[in-house]
Amino acid sequence: MAAKEFDIPKLPTYIEIPEINEGVMKGDGPFKSVEEFQTPLGFPGEKVDNWQEVAIAKMGELKSKYRSVQVFLDACVKCGACTDKCHYFLGSSDPKNMPVARQDLFRSVYRRHFTFAGKYFPKLVGAKELDDDMLDDWYNYFHQCSQCRRCSVFCPYGIDTAEISMAAREVLDAVGVGQKYCNQILGKAITIGNNLGLPEPALRDTLLDLEEEIEEETGVAVKYPLDVKGAEILLITPSADFFAEPHIDGLIGYGKVFHQDGVNWTMSSYASEGANFGMFIGSYDVMRKAALRIRKAALDLEVSRVMVGECGHAWRVAYSFWNTLTGVGAGATDEFGLKLQNQLDSRYPQPQHIIEYTHDLIQRGKLEFDKSANDDRTVTFHDSCNVARATNMGGIPNGQFILPREVIKAVCNNYVDMERSTIMESTFCCGGGGGLLTDDLMEIRIKGAMPRMQALKEIEKTDGVDTLVAICAICKSQFSKVLPKFDFDPYMIVSAHQLVSEAIVMDKPQTEDSEAQDTAEEVTEQ
Amino acid sequence: MSAISIFFTALFYISLFVFLIGMARKIYQYWITPAPLKIPTAPTPLTQTGVVMRMAREVVLFESLFKSNKWTWLFGWLFHIGLLLVLVRHVRYFWPGDLPEIFLLIQPFKYAAFAMVIGLTGLMGRRIFVERIRYISAPSDYLMLILLLIIGVSGVVMTFTSNHTDVMMVKEFASGLIAFPWIGWSNLPTEVHFLTHIFLVFVLMAIFPISKLLHVPGVFFSPTRNQVDDSRKKRHISPWALKQEQEHAVRLEQTLGKDE
Repeated sequence: MAAKEFDIPKLPTYIEIPEINEGVMKGDGPFKSVEEFQTPLGFPGEKVDNWQEVAIAKMGELKSKYRSVQVFLDACVKCGACTDKCHYFLGSSDPKNMPVARQDLFRSVYRRHFTFAGKYFPKLVGAKELDDDMLDDWYNYFHQCSQCRRCSVFCPYGIDTAEISMAAREVLDAVGVGQKYCNQILGKAITIGNNLGLPEPALRDTLLDLEEEIEEETGVAVKYPLDVKGAEILLITPSADFFAEPHIDGLIGYGKVFHQDGVNWTMSSYASEGANFGMFIGSYDVMRKAALRIRKAALDLEVSRVMVGECGHAWRVAYSFWNTLTGVGAGATDEFGLKLQNQLDSRYPQPQHIIEYTHDLIQRGKLEFDKSANDDRTVTFHDSCNVARATNMGGIPNGQFILPREVIKAVCNNYVDMERSTIMESTFCCGGGGGLLTDDLMEIRIKGAMPRMQALKEIEKTDGVDTLVAICAICKSQFSKVLPKFDFDPYMIVSAHQLVSEAIVMDKPQTEDSEAQDTAEEVTEQ
Repeated sequence: MSAISIFFTALFYISLFVFLIGMARKIYQYWITPAPLKIPTAPTPLTQTGVVMRMAREVVLFESLFKSNKWTWLFGWLFHIGLLLVLVRHVRYFWPGDLPEIFLLIQPFKYAAFAMVIGLTGLMGRRIFVERIRYISAPSDYLMLILLLIIGVSGVVMTFTSNHTDVMMVKEFASGLIAFPWIGWSNLPTEVHFLTHIFLVFVLMAIFPISKLLHVPGVFFSPTRNQVDDSRKKRHISPWALKQEQEHAVRLEQTLGKDE
């Protein structure tokens, strides 16, 4: 498939709601999965013969298992409140990227098969048959949704397109029309333990290299322990943190914070992935399967706290779903859940976010910073959609907005927020979330990034912002790719913990040499 | 009783039956369908009280819609508050016997009919003239507004123009419908405005459970709005997931590999 030519959207001074352009984003969708990636997840290897039957049965099953799906399909009144809320619509002007129209691809089939009006008066209520064209539209347009839930914030009934999008992807998987990117990655995550397919020796090497690098640079032996039994904290972080730029600088930051706290921490080679693409494909089973690896790692390593690194949807899965899926939290009654409850430190909410941890240390005065180390930057914070709209931090109302900002402000002097309607619960997605972070979806990724880029451009003009902070691996990768398309420096995107890392004052090891040197200095001063 | 009165009396009971059974079935369906995961949308309430407050703001003030679009909010809210006040005032017609004095207080609610009609007209205008909303509208979306508009306008015509209907006769008919074992059924007035009005109200009742009017019970069952954000404090698990955890562990192992 040759890359399609497309225009990169121009950045207007304020977001205008585009006139609709039917079919501009019509297409074949992302690369389709093949048998090799489908089978391990329990999905058919190719499109099944009786796919319509299977799909309708699956829809019936899903609407009886998910209240969200059932209620959202019925409750929409087509008021249009969501029509201008999706970054993919604003960036592409394809009307099927309006949340309600995206849902209607699914809803029209629901009406045809499951409602009185749709069965007997299909034309009247816009009910449609699930034919080849419709399935193609499902595949294409449900892979132009990053499940960011911005539409849900503005819907008078809270209808969440992410839920419909997840259901649609689950139906697609059930008929054997899966997405290659997500399903291939999931295969690696549930067999090897991370999305990159990085085995234990490679991971260990990487971490050793990182330790050497930091020691060379700072003179402090910051450790990156792997599989240390009996450690206090198990850190689960997106595997991008091990390799990708700028992610790795965030990992350096976590290590320095742990080092300064003097805590005994570890990562796990068995569960070396915070991301859980099971959420993107809507599969409860696959999502649980991936989450169970973390429970097992926590039990095997006998840790007393589980902590999550900077990753948006990982934090959603961890904060909102882990307890449901595997009992990492409180109240699970199965054997392993109970074992974990007894083992985890009840003084801390489980799981915890690395931002909560660092924030707590800052509050308690445990960390010292030289804020001037970040004086060359003017910083703004991008609220990642899953963190912003689906989780909390610190157990206080809106903590997920407050804590990251407080951490950033504690380590740098120049901080500005972007326009209020583009941050916090109204944040615009980076354009690459929800299983869309693949090169075969580059057009929609760039177009979908437009609203975020617009808000960024404005404060670049007014406040000279030159650094964009995110606490999500997908946001960081996506921004690295799309920033240059909008005339920004691709390196302006950094981890929150990269700023922490740059400003943190490390205790030098008290070797004889350095003591001697200190004394010498004191003498000369006198 | 006249044939037309018998027809409308029968239609009332049929519509009411369809409405009650239909709504009970849908509400039961929403009730028994589990929400397996915690999915409240920010800004999320951390307590049950917070959820009640959020839902109250949503239902009374249309908070989310206000955040979203001021025009749609204005017209939508005008229509709903108008409808509510008008409905309250209609209780007088169903009240058997003399009205208590309290009804004097709700007498001015008749002016709410204008709010209702203005709201509906605004919503219709948006549906026709805003390209995005026109794109997502099905014929039923227009028909629903037309239905409500005719109900509202026919009511306004009867109340505020010389086309009054015999209100005492309406009262006898309406109170007879609900209190027939004691006071029996009566004839209804047959002016075209009144018959149109009441016929469409019965139609509205009947289509309530099979149309988008399901947003009325739906909003209370919406997991993004009615859930407490407390997933770290207690485990939230649906019956099917729990059963699957216990019974299907083996199947999961076969398809996805062994856990432990």
